Amino acid sequence: MSQINTANMKVVEGSYAVAHAVMCCKPDVISAYPITPQTHIVEHLSQMVANGELDSEFLTVDSEFSALSVLVGASAMGARSYSSTTSQGLALMYEVLYNVSGMRMPVVMNVANRAMGAPLNIWNDQQDAVGARDVGWLQIYVEDVQEAVDATLQAYKIAEDPQIRMPIMVCMDGFVLTHVYEPVELLDKELASQYLPAFQPEKILDPAKPITFGAFADPSTYTEFRYQQFDAQLKSMAKIEKAAKEFEETFGRHYGGLVDSYFADDAEVVIVTMGSVIGTIKDAIDAMRKEGKKVGLVKVRSYRPFPVQALRQALKGASVIAVIEKDVSIGAEAGLVTDLKSAFYNSKIRMPIIGFAAGLGGRDITIKDIRKIVDKAEAARKGIESEFEFLDLRTEIL
Amino acid sequence: MEKSLLAPGHRACAGCAMPTTIRLVLDAAGPNTIVVSPTGCLEVTTTPFPESSWCVPWIHSLFENASAVASGVEVMLKRQKKDTNVVIIGGDGSTFDIGMGCNSGMFERGHKILYVCYDNEAYMNTGVQRSGSTPFCAQTTTTPPGSRSKGNPRPKKDMPAIALAHKVPYVATASVAYPVDLRKKVKAALQVDGPSYIQVNAPCITGWSFDAGTMIELSRLAVETGLWPLAEWVNGELAGVKKIRRPKPVKDYLEIQGRYKHLFKKNDCGDQLAKIQAIADANMAKYKLVD
Repeated sequence: MSQINTANMKVVEGSYAVAHAVMCCKPDVISAYPITPQTHIVEHLSQMVANGELDSEFLTVDSEFSALSVLVGASAMGARSYSSTTSQGLALMYEVLYNVSGMRMPVVMNVANRAMGAPLNIWNDQQDAVGARDVGWLQIYVEDVQEAVDATLQAYKIAEDPQIRMPIMVCMDGFVLTHVYEPVELLDKELASQYLPAFQPEKILDPAKPITFGAFADPSTYTEFRYQQFDAQLKSMAKIEKAAKEFEETFGRHYGGLVDSYFADDAEVVIVTMGSVIGTIKDAIDAMRKEGKKVGLVKVRSYRPFPVQALRQALKGASVIAVIEKDVSIGAEAGLVTDLKSAFYNSKIRMPIIGFAAGLGGRDITIKDIRKIVDKAEAARKGIESEFEFLDLRTEIL
Repeated sequence: MEKSLLAPGHRACAGCAMPTTIRLVLDAAGPNTIVVSPTGCLEVTTTPFPESSWCVPWIHSLFENASAVASGVEVMLKRQKKDTNVVIIGGDGSTFDIGMGCNSGMFERGHKILYVCYDNEAYMNTGVQRSGSTPFCAQTTTTPPGSRSKGNPRPKKDMPAIALAHKVPYVATASVAYPVDLRKKVKAALQVDGPSYIQVNAPCITGWSFDAGTMIELSRLAVETGLWPLAEWVNGELAGVKKIRRPKPVKDYLEIQGRYKHLFKKNDCGDQLAKIQAIADANMAKYKLVD
């Protein structure tokens, strides 16, 4: 990523920084239901509306299901629409998630990633959003608060593009990023308005020109609706890159488009991951590089659309890949490692790919853990012992 | 007569009360109206893509979220300072059961939305399964009569009372057989600065099993027997009821419907008939339906 101008930085809570970014996006309607660790985001937004700093309709609703359903109606009226949720809340929205993407509504939602129950657990992993990878929403995973801020503004630009018109989840690790206080450059309102012009909806509910939203489609047309969504996601890859580039031109910061790399070009062992664990991994890589170990990182920023070509390009020189992810596909492996393997199967590039479920339910991932994973990856070059494993499994309590 | 805002060519059954009800509601509401509908017969019979019967803006999202979707529509209309009616039109499944959470939220938040339930007293779109609105003893595919069953074992849920408990300022019951009354109530509801709820008796030919030509007569009998009182509540107070000149026994209403035929097959169902008559009698007393 590029350098940040430290002169304009303020130490604020992650949730405040994101709420401030949302304010700069000037949504017409915000609809949300409180759930830990998303609460501070919507509390800050409520206060901004109460203070008159933000001219939005803020609906305090009866459930996450209602929260997103309200945005279906608002979006059909041409509203720029915002919500935020996590975990169980995202699961309760599941039916509406498909509806929002199926009706091509450019809703933006911050997901404060959290584990799924049972057992109940309020801490961070990414099971919630990875489990919703197929609902048609774009998913951007961020590594720190600054990127959460910047990606939120970029998300509206991508979502509202007339060729895309798809909803986006900006996924930020719960607590780790929502509750941390760190130096952030808050968005400049004027620059944000220049970067993100007003939403121009093409079709709305209007008595002067009555149209029908949400008709049912029989087998003769249903496939084509799905295809168009699929096509829009593929097209959105160029838009994600463009939004990141234009953001850099306006604000001077760049966190990668579809993917980002850290010492990956000459690396033999490359770690692939998403989210806030990247900070720890970068520290581990710095230390290992000093010891002469050729270790690098490729960050998956866009999980949906899944950037197959960008990943092939970024990882083509690797001798072995270790995927670290905070989710599992119970009975198979996990989302990212499965998708990554499939990205390489029909290419000529071959290297061992091993996966680790780590940091589940908020368990820390330490530099020591990263070193252990790198050791295992190096060993896998001579032959894979385990394709997928749970990192640091406490076998004594099983 | 002006052209209806629900165009012909929809796929509703001959003898279905739903399209008649919708036409009456739209006539009263007029073209400056946005309609939100949950999943159900209305949605599938009027909007097979790429066709639509709707001559007003219309949106369907899911089975249980019409009230939340309408809330989003309404706040945007207020934001845009537009005086357009927002009307939800849904069946009893979405109204009484699966949509209850969203309905409660919409009522409680006080949105200026008219909710019209065309009540055919079961899940008709999926093939006549019991809903919370199904009346006592009615046969459905999930409350079939048998050696241990005399049809639906529970009385109908009192949805108007639930709306009233939310302090919904205008609540009414209506019937497809009383079009002047229904139109009047829709107009009254749309004058209210807040939520309103109208529950319309709307017979379903496949679910209730009756002769198509008798649909209006059947709905009128529901009123004349006291099983479906026509009432109106304004700001929580009972503001009017339709008096019954010559009350009819419930048997007259029940025996012309297939969903109650099990009550007339064996003599041992006299108890059930008496219990249904008692429900009607209680309504007569509660609403003073007979002078």
